Amino acid sequence: MERHFDESLQALKHQLMKMSAMSELMIADAVKAVVDRNAALLAPVWQREEQVNHMQIEIDETCLTLIALHQPAAGDLRFIMGAAKANSELERLADEAVNIVQKADHLLKEPPLKPFRIIPEMAVIAQGMVRDSLHAFVNRDVGLSREVLLRDDRLDDLKDAISQEMTEYMTKDSASVARALDLLLVSRYLERIGDHATNIAEITIFVVEGRDVRHHADSKVHHQ
Amino acid sequence: MSSEMVITVKDLNLFYGEFQALKDVPMDVKRNHITALIGPSGCGKSTLLRTLNRMNDLIPSVRVTGSILLEGKNIYDSGTDVCALRKRVGMVFQRPNPFPLSIHDNVAFGLKVAGMTDRYRVNEIVERSLKAAALWDHLKDKLDHPALELPLDQQQRLCVARLLAVEPDVILMDEPCSALDPMSTGRIEELMLDLKANYTIVIVTHNMQQAARISDYSGYMLLGEMIEFGQTAGIFTSPQDKRTQDYVSGRYG
Repeated sequence: MERHFDESLQALKHQLMKMSAMSELMIADAVKAVVDRNAALLAPVWQREEQVNHMQIEIDETCLTLIALHQPAAGDLRFIMGAAKANSELERLADEAVNIVQKADHLLKEPPLKPFRIIPEMAVIAQGMVRDSLHAFVNRDVGLSREVLLRDDRLDDLKDAISQEMTEYMTKDSASVARALDLLLVSRYLERIGDHATNIAEITIFVVEGRDVRHHADSKVHHQ
Repeated sequence: MSSEMVITVKDLNLFYGEFQALKDVPMDVKRNHITALIGPSGCGKSTLLRTLNRMNDLIPSVRVTGSILLEGKNIYDSGTDVCALRKRVGMVFQRPNPFPLSIHDNVAFGLKVAGMTDRYRVNEIVERSLKAAALWDHLKDKLDHPALELPLDQQQRLCVARLLAVEPDVILMDEPCSALDPMSTGRIEELMLDLKANYTIVIVTHNMQQAARISDYSGYMLLGEMIEFGQTAGIFTSPQDKRTQDYVSGRYG
């Protein structure tokens, strides 16, 4: 029997998908602003941040109301709790996009340091992880969630590579320090975006299987 | 011109003899919404419900002051046609009470009493009412079967169909699911949510989770007073009155 409550759960999924799409756009624009040196992309990111913050409040209210009014149990309860947590992760990763834009603002006032190679690759991976982690959440896809968790390793490797590269620049040329630090921070923000996506993936595994796979340092669970 | 509020209750007081069961009760019932009355036993919620179609008139010692406006007209005005009122504001009771007749004749009963003789028109209305009560598919080939043979939740839905046949504006439900098991209760609740598109519903329930699940507005009553009335989401997430807070969070006494 299709219940009115099920319609409410579907509506909650749509709210999260909208928020995720908006966060992905923010990441894309923020990185493009850095890589293409396009100042026109800064303002849209700020505007979208306002909308994302508004959505976060709405989604939390939806989750609270659903719990208060419907006394969900078992899978429904885990889903709604998971939705509230995923909501928080999405808002935070949108914040990271704003952090990138703040660095873009500095970088555009200086000549470019070097051709971009690693940051665009990190951006593509991070965006994909965000998209796929939320897709997996709304579709209860544990396989895709596990696959997202694996991609995080590549993101970490790339962040380390930039760290090394920027350290070399800073050692050789003190005039490059400000820009190198900004780029290093941009890579850190992208790596954090990946972390938020992996959190969403772990939430999905909890929602579907009822198992809490967070904080497993050996990542044995991640690789099952 | 139809206003947002179908029923407006103002300063309602009701006495059973010397005992005051309702004290200056206010309430607005919004069109095409479900309004729930909750509260502990003896708080006056069923009494209030029964004032809305003057069922309390049937009790000899009852005295009412205040007003209840149905579409702007006070139902306690002298000269009110109480039978017509009870057609417009119908009631479903705690125990399903189909007549000892066939399924068809139960639904057709009100129409026949009102003098409708056109068989085709009667059958058309019976079909429409059973469809609205989500019973047509189950029962269309058994319309001549005795209603009392139906399982309880279908009997209750039959009582709803019987009501719908005379085209009420408002449906009052006095603990309609108390006699039913959880799955049957779920089916009746889904029916209520479907019905509100075309009807206005007021329900009394001692099951506050039911009120939370299905109602748009809730009124918490205690010792004859309306303590708090508002949107159900607000009542169950951030009630204004401490007594409401205690009741909905299960802290009694």
